[in-house]
Amino acid sequence: MSAENHLSSRQRDDLAVIAAMMIPASSQYDVPGADDAAIQADIIATLGRDAALVAEALDHLARLAGRPLAETGAVRREAVAKEFRTTGGGAAATLVRVVLQCYYRDDRVLRSLGLELRPPFPRGYALEQGDWSLLDPVKARPSMWRKTT
Amino acid sequence: MNDPVDVLIIGAGASGAAVAWSLAETRMHILCLEQGGWANPAEYPSTGRDWEARFYGDYSPSPNIRARPEDYPINDDNSPIKVVNFNGVGGSTIMYTAHFPRLHPSDFRVKTLDGVADDWPIGYDTLAPFFAENDRMMGVSGLAGDPAFPPTEPPMPPLPLGRSGALLGKAMNRLGWHWWPSDTTVATIDYEGRARCINLGHCTPGCAQGAKASTDITYWPVALRAGVELRTHCRVREITTNEHGMASGVVYYDRGGVEQFQPAEVVIIACNGIGTPRLLLNSASGRFPNGLANSSGLVGRNLMFHPYAQVYGYVEEPTDSNRAPPTCLWSKEFYETDRSRGFVRGYAIQFGRGVGPVMEAVMSEGKGILPWGDDHHRVFRKLNGHRLTASAICEDLPEEHNCVTLDPVLKDSHGIPAPRVDYTIGENSAKMLEHGIARGKEILAAAGATDVCVNSPIPYGGWHLLGTARMGSDPERSVVNGWGRSHDVKNLFIVDGSVFVTSGGVNPTSTIQAIALYIADQMKQRLADLFD
Repeated sequence: MSAENHLSSRQRDDLAVIAAMMIPASSQYDVPGADDAAIQADIIATLGRDAALVAEALDHLARLAGRPLAETGAVRREAVAKEFRTTGGGAAATLVRVVLQCYYRDDRVLRSLGLELRPPFPRGYALEQGDWSLLDPVKARPSMWRKTT
Repeated sequence: MNDPVDVLIIGAGASGAAVAWSLAETRMHILCLEQGGWANPAEYPSTGRDWEARFYGDYSPSPNIRARPEDYPINDDNSPIKVVNFNGVGGSTIMYTAHFPRLHPSDFRVKTLDGVADDWPIGYDTLAPFFAENDRMMGVSGLAGDPAFPPTEPPMPPLPLGRSGALLGKAMNRLGWHWWPSDTTVATIDYEGRARCINLGHCTPGCAQGAKASTDITYWPVALRAGVELRTHCRVREITTNEHGMASGVVYYDRGGVEQFQPAEVVIIACNGIGTPRLLLNSASGRFPNGLANSSGLVGRNLMFHPYAQVYGYVEEPTDSNRAPPTCLWSKEFYETDRSRGFVRGYAIQFGRGVGPVMEAVMSEGKGILPWGDDHHRVFRKLNGHRLTASAICEDLPEEHNCVTLDPVLKDSHGIPAPRVDYTIGENSAKMLEHGIARGKEILAAAGATDVCVNSPIPYGGWHLLGTARMGSDPERSVVNGWGRSHDVKNLFIVDGSVFVTSGGVNPTSTIQAIALYIADQMKQRLADLFD
């Protein structure tokens, strides 16, 4: 079974709604919301071992809302989200994490943050030496380890 | 049946690799059985855009989350600190921060100096040449002259201070507290076939460029060239004994799941503080009904972690974030006993440069400092790339009720009973954690940090697994003698973190490997009367 099949249509709709509540789009920062289609597709495609817990979290959301979250109004959604964050446990934490881990690897988001669109390997990064004279007062200290004889 | 070997080593991690390399010069037939396989650096997380996400999945430090075929489950429900490790050639040196301090001389004399726990049967001076040898083999970077430690000569210069190190150094100078660039096993110059570090940053779950030392790229290539045999994907179920009460070999499951018997003249266990007692307890027999080498009843007892008090905050200046090895400095200001603090022994402080954007988002959301909604973006930009961390790594005293036993229900994929951990943080450690939190907050305040958060103890912080087959001269109060030989079974040796008598307040890998080299040296010196 593919990861996509782990979530029903209703669950995918609710996932987009809660993701947008977490991270809405911003014209000020020129970034999409976490309900963006590409980000949602990344989440669905990479759920993997998290699929069951995410589905559990979405079902918990729907139970709290009394209906699919996507079918509730804005005020009700806010109340449900607040309760979800306090009562959702490990499943809710997993849902939040999978949204964040896909959002913060999206090209548009990384670009807005001034980060490079690449993995660390193979280029790595530059690390400045820093001011080693800062260590001078520590070097001047007397020996401070405890002698045993 | 397999042909007998002279020496059988169980586990190819930090200590197994070191002991295999050292014994290779004897030209004995040495075989190592490892339940995992060889790591492929091309598959390490830092090679892909999902590099941070994999820390929560197939490269989680928790075997229960990672759940690879080579991992065994651990019931640690009854412990505030969860066990983390890695199974494969290189063991947990594949998945460690490469922070490489040594235990202090005082750590071996805690009973004499502070009246708690027990003294070790060996001292720092005994291990000093083996620390130095291990530093050369692993390739240690650091700076000589630390006033908080006896003289050392790291073979490579230290990691750069970077932005984070400079910010933390200034803060420590304002407070007048000791700090020093950490010893690490990250290569800062080209060293023995390893290229110098190019700052991939995501060091812990495997270094894709090989700058971080793990024993699959340090000890093992040399040991294999010297003739040591290493069989991977072989999980040992039990150590067998003969009619004389000596170890006769092991029963293991090979790569295909087929049960095998491997006879051996000498058996060396190198499975660390959880795997070693698990194996000994699973090796119970009519002659050894409470588990092998357990006449003292101490196999699995006295489990020590290092409870960590992690304090972090955010400065206005940019930090190194994930773009450098995570560790950079240590402080030993509060390492040695000062009874006015309300506890004995002490802790090192391990400083961190920062984290990547996903980890920042996940941790900050969990702490409630990263909001949902319209203000999310502004706050995230204030946090991301501005984090500094100070973690107190607290000496944990041995307490017999902190233990590893066999879970009555849980089993691994071969049906072998899994370990169960029962652990509580002792009173002395709890006071130390509180002290460490307070000092960490002072450090971050001196650095100008705000939004300070605390994790105490770090829940998934059970990296250091110590004390469950302690060494000592009294067979009633220890499992192995002062050179690693079982008191009960004269051809059975233990060389890993389980032989620690006390934990010290630093990362233990350097000391574990020095002990393994010391025990190997003792075996070589005593070959003519090894079993007397």
